[in-house]
Amino acid sequence: MTLNENNNDFDLKNWSITFDAQNIAWLAIDKQDASANVLSQQVLREFEYCLERFEAEPPNGIIIFSKKKTGFIAGADVNEFIELKDEHQALQFIRYAQGLFERFESLSCPTLALIDGFCLGGGLEFALACRYRIACDDAKTKLGLPEVKLGIHPGFGGTVRLVPLIGPMAAMDLMLTGRIISARAAKRIGLVDFSVPRRHLETAASKTILSKPKPQTPSFFKRCLNFRILKPLVAKIMYSKLAKKANKAHYPAPYAIIDLWLKHENDPDVMMNQEARSIAKLVVGQTSKNLVRVFFLQEKLKEQGKQSDFKAQQVHVIGAGVMGGDIAAWCALRGLRVTLQDQSPERISPAIKRAAKLFKKKLKQPRLIQQAMDRLIPDVKGLGVRAADVVIEAIYENKEAKQELYRSIEPQMKKSALLTTNTSSIPIDELAQALAQPERLVGLHFFNPVAMMQLIEIVSSNQTSIEQAQHAAAFAKQLGRLPLPVKSTPGFLVNRILMPYLLEAVELLSEGIQAETIDKLATDFGMPMGPVELADTVGLDICLSVAEILTQHLGGNVPELLREKVKNGNMGRKTGKGFYEYKNNKAIKVKSSIDDSPSPSIQERLVSRLMNEAMTCLREKVVTDADLLDAGIIFGTGFAPFLGGPMHYAEKIGFEAQKAQFQELEQTFGDRFRPDDGWDSLKQAS
Amino acid sequence: MNSGPSYQAPVYVVDGSRTPFLRAAGKPGPFLASDLAVYAARQLIARLPIEPKQFDEVILGCVMPGPDEANIARLVSLRLGCDESVPAFTVQRNCASGMQALDTAARNISSGQSDLVLAGGTESMSHAPLLFGQSMVNWLAAWSRAKGIVRRGRTLMKLRPAFFIPIIGLLRGLRDPVVGMSMGSTAENIAHRFDISREMMDEYAMRSHHRLAKGQESGYFTDEIEAIYSSDGSYYEHDNGVRADSSMEKLARLKPVFDKHFGKVTAGNSAQITDGAALLVLASERAVNKYNLPILGKIIDSQWAGLDPAQMGLGPVHAMTPIMQRNSFNLNEIDCWEINEAFAGQVLACLAAWNDTDYCQNELNLDGALGSLNQEKLNVDGGGVSLGHPVGASGARIVLHLLHTLKRQGKQRGMASLCIGGGQGGAMLVESVESNNISGVKKQSPANEIEVTNESMEQVEVKSELDNDTE
Repeated sequence: MTLNENNNDFDLKNWSITFDAQNIAWLAIDKQDASANVLSQQVLREFEYCLERFEAEPPNGIIIFSKKKTGFIAGADVNEFIELKDEHQALQFIRYAQGLFERFESLSCPTLALIDGFCLGGGLEFALACRYRIACDDAKTKLGLPEVKLGIHPGFGGTVRLVPLIGPMAAMDLMLTGRIISARAAKRIGLVDFSVPRRHLETAASKTILSKPKPQTPSFFKRCLNFRILKPLVAKIMYSKLAKKANKAHYPAPYAIIDLWLKHENDPDVMMNQEARSIAKLVVGQTSKNLVRVFFLQEKLKEQGKQSDFKAQQVHVIGAGVMGGDIAAWCALRGLRVTLQDQSPERISPAIKRAAKLFKKKLKQPRLIQQAMDRLIPDVKGLGVRAADVVIEAIYENKEAKQELYRSIEPQMKKSALLTTNTSSIPIDELAQALAQPERLVGLHFFNPVAMMQLIEIVSSNQTSIEQAQHAAAFAKQLGRLPLPVKSTPGFLVNRILMPYLLEAVELLSEGIQAETIDKLATDFGMPMGPVELADTVGLDICLSVAEILTQHLGGNVPELLREKVKNGNMGRKTGKGFYEYKNNKAIKVKSSIDDSPSPSIQERLVSRLMNEAMTCLREKVVTDADLLDAGIIFGTGFAPFLGGPMHYAEKIGFEAQKAQFQELEQTFGDRFRPDDGWDSLKQAS
Repeated sequence: MNSGPSYQAPVYVVDGSRTPFLRAAGKPGPFLASDLAVYAARQLIARLPIEPKQFDEVILGCVMPGPDEANIARLVSLRLGCDESVPAFTVQRNCASGMQALDTAARNISSGQSDLVLAGGTESMSHAPLLFGQSMVNWLAAWSRAKGIVRRGRTLMKLRPAFFIPIIGLLRGLRDPVVGMSMGSTAENIAHRFDISREMMDEYAMRSHHRLAKGQESGYFTDEIEAIYSSDGSYYEHDNGVRADSSMEKLARLKPVFDKHFGKVTAGNSAQITDGAALLVLASERAVNKYNLPILGKIIDSQWAGLDPAQMGLGPVHAMTPIMQRNSFNLNEIDCWEINEAFAGQVLACLAAWNDTDYCQNELNLDGALGSLNQEKLNVDGGGVSLGHPVGASGARIVLHLLHTLKRQGKQRGMASLCIGGGQGGAMLVESVESNNISGVKKQSPANEIEVTNESMEQVEVKSELDNDTE
């Protein structure tokens, strides 16, 4: 064969085939007009054409590789997901794709996926249909099956092929967590045959095809968990572990993965069929639709950081407390040089210790940990402020102290440097009064714990220049975080929305409702943590101070019970006692007596306060639109992602019904439930 | 002997920083030599208006880098984020390695080859290796060649318990192989020659501790030392070898270490084994102007000298004398002295040598005795005896401290010198630069009348607390 034969009769837009001297077909994927390869319907149809050629005239082997710099294949096309109308249509598409992979798998010649860069979801399933997989051993190469994060599971035969390849434990771990692993880790668990440096990729591929080694199989110990006697026991352990992480009613996909394995592992054909049925059902379900929405909301937040090409090299963080210290560590982790200032080494050293722990967890390799530690520079004298591109103030919440600090650092800062504050409650306008250039100050509001929370509120005062806010958003993006532009109103967005919800929980406690009951109902609704435990975790003193600032500006009452707790020195988790008592940093909980309490109304009360406040924020334009509002609340508070955000949820219930519910609550419990005026305008619009 | 000073063009010291010197506690300390150097230098990079990639080169002195620290200067350079294109090399002149790094950097600047150099020294003496003896190494080689049970068994029979006795790398490093004497014994040698008594040594040592303690109390080290932090949450702020309560009684109780029974040199009147690093940024006039750099002082001249290894402690007088002659200074014209305290008796012997007509005439080719040095101007804030002598770092430390002392006292001229194991001496003449003009270095001004920026270094008051934050 010659190269010229490639482009006959069918115009391939996304694939190309070349044959080398050994008659190995090098099948390249390069999706047209896209930065990354995804398995769209068109890509799959063209693949079918290639497949037909290989079936008609099998070469000595087939090596699939990507021409994109970004990676191998990122997965199925999420945009096409949304367009799937019903279960039937979904099933048809899935069966088609499965059929292609099955045909590819049964080709007589050896096949190999050459993975350089990311290889995720459907992309990895494609690779699993190959006899061999070789991955490039570098930091860019990432493999995983993150489908559960979109409310579905692998559907192109992934659940069927993965277990026999790497054994049930490793397979379930990958599919249930959706975690992404490196080439080396993939080699370790047997997901790929070789992990090699880039310089050897092509040689390794053609040598493997020509020498046809025996494909990978898991060890006996890994396989034996598939035995009929052991399987139900293993599945039971998996279910119970899973139940602690995800509620089946909210997140059915991971349960379906275990089901498929438990029931059908011994018959691949049936399993393939059942996989298709299961995913077809999931993909058109509410959870998946909402999680896909969350995925796009996340993309929208990322977009906020793309309006400026601001890039920082050196950051100066002032205040090495929990927030300041962890922010500094995060910046160093992300490759920035960071000077961390506080009054004495004694105050800085705990932050260094926490940073070392974080780096160890995230970076694993000693030399990378050392590099990150080298970038994090304690700076008692505060001399780093002069060379910094970004200054982050994270000292205690006191307006005068912050203003005094700004007065001293503003003249020292580089002209181009960004001045930011991590205040959570003081209006930026007031803080900026101390500056010669008040347009300089932007709020950069991180959430606790910094290493976990993806959202950063980018807070603009009336004076903050658009440019500075855009720089701040770009900086948040540089930190791998999601920037949410908000207006500087008390509590900004996230704390403002959380506070009524937390205060309602305290109100419920004052009425004698058990803390366990309140928390159980909140997590049943889909919150990641109950409000009572959350308040304890944040610290009751901090809750009280934020609540006071908010009520001062926005009206309402701070429940007496909260003041009392703080007065008695019970600040929550950090003092070992708050609303709960803590042992080994864990809340001691009794079983909630949920059946005896008027539970629906408790859940309604909690959620309604949050939803109503969200509407107020939207009406007051704290954020620019409902999508950003939903995004902020999901990523800032953990609000039930499978519901797609409070505004989306309200739309689902119907604004009319939502308002009626508020009115009912208002009659029983008073003013604080009065529906916001915003609901009326939305009602009319819808 | 050279007739003019070592440097043709002016060499500026922009800034310097060092770690606290940490006393070795009989086990490896928390920091490697490269850690110490990185922690000292990154402070400079963070506070100066220069990017690490703007250095033309990085030069470090280090006597015993760890097994993973071959060419430690390059390692440190890369860890600091200097560009890959910035070359770096390590110099070794035993106890003066740090000063050697400064001298090499200064020469490269003065010749126009470099404009901006990061230079200094580092040493983690507590990490000095334990080595296998030659017999053990031979046995191991035989073992790895032995194939089969019989041969292995036979080889095993040849293993002797004595093979396991380790060689302490540090002790070997502090021993002169040519004359077969430890450094301490050479100090005994010259103390004997100039009649330095045990009491004189102990008194000197006590004063060193008291001076350091007073300096710490007075905050004289604030601009010089940056605290260093370990991953386990501990931190080190000060030179921790100091004994503020040092007294003659306590010192008298110590036994001689080197010449057992009858010697005078004890652990109390010798330099301490410590870990530490000191780094300086040196610049040409061009670089000072280009980056608008502050200036701490100037390096004027330097000298290296050789002498009998058994008399190595007298090295400083052999190195300093030519500088004094070249620049026509007498002892009173130097405002401030730093002579590294390898041993109390050794510093005293140096002073005695200058005061000794015989020695000055015969060994230094002078007409007569140079005179006696006013000890109020010498090692004013302590030295190696009280704060330790991490061999690779001390040379850079004394130059840095000298410049800070001159600045503090409003004085002009200072001399730093060290004795060097193997029978050498090194010395460096520095000058402070008047710092009352904030307009920056004037491009048109002649090099020796440079006016410098007086950047306000006031600290920002920070009152940090847990941030009020909700999740």
